[in-house]
Amino acid sequence: MATKHSRMSARLMISPAVLLLLGWMLIPLSMTLYFSFLRYNLLMPGMEEFTGLTNYRYFLTDPAFFAALWNTIALVVGVLVVTVIGGILLALLLDQPFFGQGIVRILVIAPFFVMPTVSALVWKNMFMNPVNGLFAHAAKALGLQPFDFLSAAPLGSIIGIVSWQWLPFATLILLTALQSLDQEQLEAAEMDGAPWIKRFFYIMLPHLARAITVVILIQTIFLLSVFAEILVTTNGGPGTASTNLTYLIYMQSLLQFDVGGGSAGGVVAIILANIVAIFLMRMIGKNLDA
Amino acid sequence: MARSVSTRRKLITTLAAWAIGIAIFFPILWTILTSFKTEAAAIADPPVWFNFHWTLDNYVTVQERSNYFRHFMNSVIISGGSTLLGLIIAVPAAWSMAFVPAKRTKDVLMWMLSTKMLPPVGVLVPIYLLFRDLGLLDTRIGLVIVLTLINLPIIVWMLYTYFKEIPGEILEAARMDGASLRSEIIHVLTPMAIPGMASTVLLNIILAWNEAFWTLNLTAAKAAPLTAFIASYSSPEGLFYAKLSAASTMAIAPILIMGWFSQKQLVRGLTFGAVK
Repeated sequence: MATKHSRMSARLMISPAVLLLLGWMLIPLSMTLYFSFLRYNLLMPGMEEFTGLTNYRYFLTDPAFFAALWNTIALVVGVLVVTVIGGILLALLLDQPFFGQGIVRILVIAPFFVMPTVSALVWKNMFMNPVNGLFAHAAKALGLQPFDFLSAAPLGSIIGIVSWQWLPFATLILLTALQSLDQEQLEAAEMDGAPWIKRFFYIMLPHLARAITVVILIQTIFLLSVFAEILVTTNGGPGTASTNLTYLIYMQSLLQFDVGGGSAGGVVAIILANIVAIFLMRMIGKNLDA
Repeated sequence: MARSVSTRRKLITTLAAWAIGIAIFFPILWTILTSFKTEAAAIADPPVWFNFHWTLDNYVTVQERSNYFRHFMNSVIISGGSTLLGLIIAVPAAWSMAFVPAKRTKDVLMWMLSTKMLPPVGVLVPIYLLFRDLGLLDTRIGLVIVLTLINLPIIVWMLYTYFKEIPGEILEAARMDGASLRSEIIHVLTPMAIPGMASTVLLNIILAWNEAFWTLNLTAAKAAPLTAFIASYSSPEGLFYAKLSAASTMAIAPILIMGWFSQKQLVRGLTFGAVK
């Protein structure tokens, strides 16, 4: 039973947060949109002029854009496949009773807390380096030729590194969801003679569906913006072999100083991210009513 | 009714779970071990596991060569400052949305969340130029502002879901007893909200500490937090694995410890309450 007075003060209390976020969205977004229609290069100050859709035409017909779009999709899908399947299997395992559950849980969750630059550099140097890396040592010990991960399979290697960072997230959320499963339902099915595989597909998986969707959507939002891992490992190369959209736009704006072109790319990235975001928002919105 | 599990099966599960857990943790363990090795031992083939000459030299070198402590403090100030500022802005907002909900509350919440979906690279150029013109590039205050804004939706959301669980009747009762809005917040709400606020703070410090888009793009040398400092190791120079490991170990240790304490809240915070 809110009085008029308390409603007023409530509005007053929300407004700082709302105004700040509104400013944070509207000011840079409108600037990006505005720049995207300009010929604007920081190396040529004072030459700015309106060029209509030229920046978009250049950006969208650049072969690097298609490479980056493909790499972005491959990176997102690759990491999702590894982390969701791995996460389900791991959650099923960790949900079983065993000795030292607490400690194993801590070990599994740890990679999520490692900052992206550290995990990328540790993997790049101490594991994937073709001369001094542990994988190279292991290959030599087995009499195999060491594999130069980041040169021969740059995107695959980055997918591996990012998957290691996100597997704990997927596992933790799926484990949390699994633990809320009604055990009696499972036992009833077991007593009725349903084999393990059937119990998994008909009881566990439907129960997990919601959590899996949440994992996919949230990871997609973050994975579309993978940046640090690429910056410190391959710099997007060789060529554009591991350049994603985020990295391409970064190169165009801050390395080539092409503000107009970078902004056009930014608008494209925002549109793509929004497509994913709409689905995620629906999911969370539904939950808010429940 | 607990399912009875045979000891044999429990032992097999234990073995499998531990093997996988150690495998996943191994890169971190290896980094910590390497940080105590000499550079020569760090790249030894076959690798040395525990029987090497343990040394703290790398930690000393990392500090002396690049004033590591300053970057560490940058991380502390930036993540702590943005969390504190975010909390100051978010607590009143979340409080009023949870206890004085209006028709549009849900829309406001959803809209706040949508700002989080904005890919940072989409606003990289304008933020960079604004920061350049305002003299905020490579300053701690600049990063505190950006990180406050990008994490504000998460703070509001987490606080909202926690505040929602506080029974409104208690507040009503306090109000009937003549408590003012101020004392209602200080004496009634705050004690009940402290656990939720603590988890929010913890998660937010973790996110801010590890943020690696804005910190890399908006800092150079002065205000660089650890994410950006560690990135300077991407151009190799001679033997540097042990030094890289020492710098990395110090960078991840505080967050690893905090993270382990906040596992449960992590799920809730990162899924915006969609999975609890």
